[in-house]
Amino acid sequence: MSNLLIIGIVLILGAVGFLLGRQRALAAAGGDARNLHSLPKYYGANVGLNAIVPAFGVLIVWLLAQPLLVNANVSGMLDEGASAGARNLLMADVRRVADGLDTAVSQGALTAEGAANLGTDTDNVREILADVGVALGSEVTAQTLSAAQRYRAMSATGNIWKTIIVIAASLAGLALAFMVTKPSFRARNIVETGVLAVLIFAASIAIMTTVGIVLSLVFNTIEFFRLYAASEFFFGLRWNPSFSGRGGGSELGIIPLLWGTLYISLVALIVAVPLGLFAAIYLSEYASKGVRAFAKPLLEVLAGIPTIVYGLFALLTVGPLLVEVFGEGGFLGVSWMAGGTAVMTAGLVMGIMLIPFVSSLSDDIINAVPQSLRDGSYGLGATKSETVKQVVLPAALPGIVGAILLAASRAIGETMIVVLGAGAAARLSLNPFDAMTTVTAKIVSQLTGDSDFASPEALVAFALGITLFVITLALNVFALYIVRKYREQYD
Amino acid sequence: MTDATVTPPMRAKGKSLMADDARTQKRNAAERRFKAYGIIAILVGLSFLVFLATSILRNGIPAFTQTVVQVEFTLTQEEFDAAEGTLLKTSAYTDVFVSKLTEQVSAQGLDVEVDGKAVERLLGKVGGDLREFYKENPDQIGQPAQFQLAAASRVERYLQGKLTRDMVVDGRFLEKTDLDIVDALVDAGIITSAFDWNFITGTDTGVDNPGGAGIGASVIGSFFMMLVVLFLSLPIGVAASIYLEEFAPKNRFTDLIEVNISNLAAVPSIVFGILGLAVFIQFAHLPQSAPLVGGLVLTLMTLPTIVISTRASLKAVPPSIRDAALGVGASKMQSVFHHVLPLAMPGILTGTIIGLAQALGETAPLLLIGMVGFVAREYPDGLASGLLDPNSAMPAQIYTWAARSDEAFFEKAWGGIIVLLLFLMTMNIIAIILRRRFERRW
Amino acid sequence: MDDYYTTDRKMSTMQDTKIAASGVQVYYADNHAIKDVNVDIGDKTVTAFIGPSGCGKSTFLRCLNRMNDTIDICRVEGDIKIDGEDIYDKKVDPVQLRAKVGMVFQKPNPFPKSIYDNVAYGPKIHGLASSKADLDNIVEKALRRGAIWDEVKDRLHAPGTGLSGGQQQRLCIARAVATEPEVLLMDEPCSALDPIATAQVEELIDELRQNYAVVIVTHSMQQAARVSQKTAFFHLGNLVEYDDTDTIFTNPKDPRTESYISGRIG
Repeated sequence: MSNLLIIGIVLILGAVGFLLGRQRALAAAGGDARNLHSLPKYYGANVGLNAIVPAFGVLIVWLLAQPLLVNANVSGMLDEGASAGARNLLMADVRRVADGLDTAVSQGALTAEGAANLGTDTDNVREILADVGVALGSEVTAQTLSAAQRYRAMSATGNIWKTIIVIAASLAGLALAFMVTKPSFRARNIVETGVLAVLIFAASIAIMTTVGIVLSLVFNTIEFFRLYAASEFFFGLRWNPSFSGRGGGSELGIIPLLWGTLYISLVALIVAVPLGLFAAIYLSEYASKGVRAFAKPLLEVLAGIPTIVYGLFALLTVGPLLVEVFGEGGFLGVSWMAGGTAVMTAGLVMGIMLIPFVSSLSDDIINAVPQSLRDGSYGLGATKSETVKQVVLPAALPGIVGAILLAASRAIGETMIVVLGAGAAARLSLNPFDAMTTVTAKIVSQLTGDSDFASPEALVAFALGITLFVITLALNVFALYIVRKYREQYD
Repeated sequence: MTDATVTPPMRAKGKSLMADDARTQKRNAAERRFKAYGIIAILVGLSFLVFLATSILRNGIPAFTQTVVQVEFTLTQEEFDAAEGTLLKTSAYTDVFVSKLTEQVSAQGLDVEVDGKAVERLLGKVGGDLREFYKENPDQIGQPAQFQLAAASRVERYLQGKLTRDMVVDGRFLEKTDLDIVDALVDAGIITSAFDWNFITGTDTGVDNPGGAGIGASVIGSFFMMLVVLFLSLPIGVAASIYLEEFAPKNRFTDLIEVNISNLAAVPSIVFGILGLAVFIQFAHLPQSAPLVGGLVLTLMTLPTIVISTRASLKAVPPSIRDAALGVGASKMQSVFHHVLPLAMPGILTGTIIGLAQALGETAPLLLIGMVGFVAREYPDGLASGLLDPNSAMPAQIYTWAARSDEAFFEKAWGGIIVLLLFLMTMNIIAIILRRRFERRW
Repeated sequence: MDDYYTTDRKMSTMQDTKIAASGVQVYYADNHAIKDVNVDIGDKTVTAFIGPSGCGKSTFLRCLNRMNDTIDICRVEGDIKIDGEDIYDKKVDPVQLRAKVGMVFQKPNPFPKSIYDNVAYGPKIHGLASSKADLDNIVEKALRRGAIWDEVKDRLHAPGTGLSGGQQQRLCIARAVATEPEVLLMDEPCSALDPIATAQVEELIDELRQNYAVVIVTHSMQQAARVSQKTAFFHLGNLVEYDDTDTIFTNPKDPRTESYISGRIG
């Protein structure tokens, strides 16, 4: 029975439970709701929830546990001597064959019995599966086939038991809750506890997301380091993945990518920080109300524009423009720039994107500097600019540093602008008009290509991802710490 | 000390205020300069915005128009039978079309040589289209019919001035003589431009047909993703915020959640893509390129935004409201759900719309889960297909077009950006109106 | 009575008029905050402004060095002359004016810098020191005048925000006198301080009278009685009465003043 159907049945049981519970409570109270501890709907909700929640709990646990158990059992049948990586590949084949057999059965190409009794010596499994649209990379070995058959058998048994147990849990919950429904039963308190549990669960999704990120990065990174030496990854000066997609001959050093990332971020910050900071100072210290109401939202529009727009802007507008100025035969008569995609292109555009980010954060921080400090300075006969430079900015400095770090983390993690604007070649160069590439751009290119998911060329993306995650996380934590400290100072 | 070199006289007591001394003048000049830097910074920022906007509009608007060849003629029954009788049916139709076109051109007193090959280079497989039309509408035979045929993208670029005569290398796609034909057709008013509905409603095409590419399918993909994001992130975000703002005790667990939320808000979007790939596709075996998976990833990305804005709205509801509810014997839960939440709703909705707008423009994570542009080949038929069948989304479609080597796709990318920005603008305007209308000052 | 008023004034101060205000009106947007105030403030005198909160005394004080310029909606009319020069004249640069008319605020507001830099800030921006030694001198002199030198001379480079409230306020006074002002405006300088710190600051104010015209806004009638020679009573934006401090407290002419002194309004 499909999971959707099970869920549907459980939900129906829940609805039935609601009606039953409500009715029983009312009946027990002699039809007068005032004799009840809680409103009738709470009794109904209590029964309904009891029918649904434990059943779903069982279902989720089952869904997580069954594949693990089946996998462990089936992979025991496979080649004992194989390495973990090879075994993973074998298991993937097994699953594909098993899925193929399912498809074949559902399309009527095989009977359920026939699928269970296939043998490599009598049938050409690859052909049968190809007929129903499941393409296999190689011939199916006897071992794989029997493992796949075992896999199917176990899954089928598991599914039957799953259906039985989940529905039993639902019925049991319903019955139990129905039994305890009495006028003195504190249904509201129970239901509210249940709701609170839901709220807590929702709040802890944030934790689960972080755990999910960390686990998905860590496991695949470990897998990558099995295939490729960690030291060569972290200290390698060349990035040159082979395109065969089956490993061998790739050079996967992260240094050139990090260099490109940092260089582009630096250019972006050089553009964004002065512009953003001066804009924030002008808006918070000088601008009249009218100018502020006009200029601030307009500047913030720059922050609301999706990064793909900036990427296209870099690739098709800014890049060619820069080539016209700095390229061969260009406006300046220098030929520093060979193509439109370059560190400068991406950095400049990213800088534009970050202006409102820097300016609105700095604006908040400058506004948090108490007016009394400004008054003190004006009272001594300081001009506005002297007050800003010598009193406001030094007082706001930690907060502004925090804002700049947040902007830096944004720049390092930015993807679309560099994918389109920075170029594809990894290069260790000082020329800002050279094309370079970044960590994020390579994550995209390594995971969107055709290379095999188990190859080091694809897995390297996870190692790049974890590097990126650690760097940005460190910057964020540090920046948020500084900003929070700064806020406390004036609270 | 910046001015140590200038020996200043001690200010004489009782010196007049009316005259600025040299030092004050210098300081005032510095003041004016500093103020000017601020104005310059803002003007530079705003001019970037203007530059961006003009370059989007200038490059993108042509994507909404299409160069078409408008020919009106009547296909007689005899011509139809004759064409159907030949071996190469479509080329027979092409020949009919060429002769009709030549008639129209020479009726205008223009003299150009038009042949079947040239027409195919300029308009694509005209014969096939014509045959299809008359096969499907046999009653149109013998009736005058108006044909609007899309010109090849190169013709369009030639007319826009982006392709010059020198750039045409004979034999590849277009020949120089074709351009004479185009000029003549323009003079005859046969080539005109029309609104390109196909761009709004169409799907992505292969790399060899930039003219036919449309953004429609990926708009639908984006729509289904937003549906998922809305239905997951709003309830989850609101529930999480209610817990954190109203119920959470101050302890390690709560701190952990808070730290997680503020950090997730700053994690690069590509990392969420990796999460989606590893957890939803690798581990949970959800289908690749499915808007459902895209929606799940974007939900996780949008949650921190929604939680932060929802908490601000909850915080803005004064404690007196909660006290009043508790005072008449409502439970804590009832006071929140009956009183606080409804009052905070406008703020929550505003925050949600802004979060959705952010999610709508997100590209990088979608590329990792396979929602690239070229899978957006057909419209889904129904809810399940919309959620589970491979599709793309607007920004990913734009990326795919931008990454193609044929420059004709760039125009489509710019046009796609206009469509995307129109959606974003609408969402933001709705959010602003909501805020203006329902914002309550306590 | 007029005769008595003039003679007494001459006797008690024997000084020229430093600040002459006539017909001063202040508006905050539509709110008429100060109504037609005329007052002459003498040099080398402590003048106290008293009155219930919201009566406009602080607003008027802030007109005297044009601090109200920093508030957009504030509009000042009338004539305020310092040494015979109209400070609201177009030719007057408020920056120069404020160097001449120093101000100390209600809440101590040392800059988040070292004690030394707090005091040196004013002299630096006005270019009063020609060398580092000169600046050291000015700082020391100002800290001595602020009666805080002995407490901080060993930690001049510690942050000013680390001092106690009373010390901070005296540091702010030292900071104000470091620019060599001629008038010192004090906006409730003791309201955030404890009694001991208040006594120290009051003692200091008395000493400052030797060199400056001091104008102090205070909530506390006792403080006005203790430190000032002249007292002005403000009520609802009007200057109700202005006279020798002794006269105001012992023999007020206006019934409103009497009510305030005796605690019936306030």
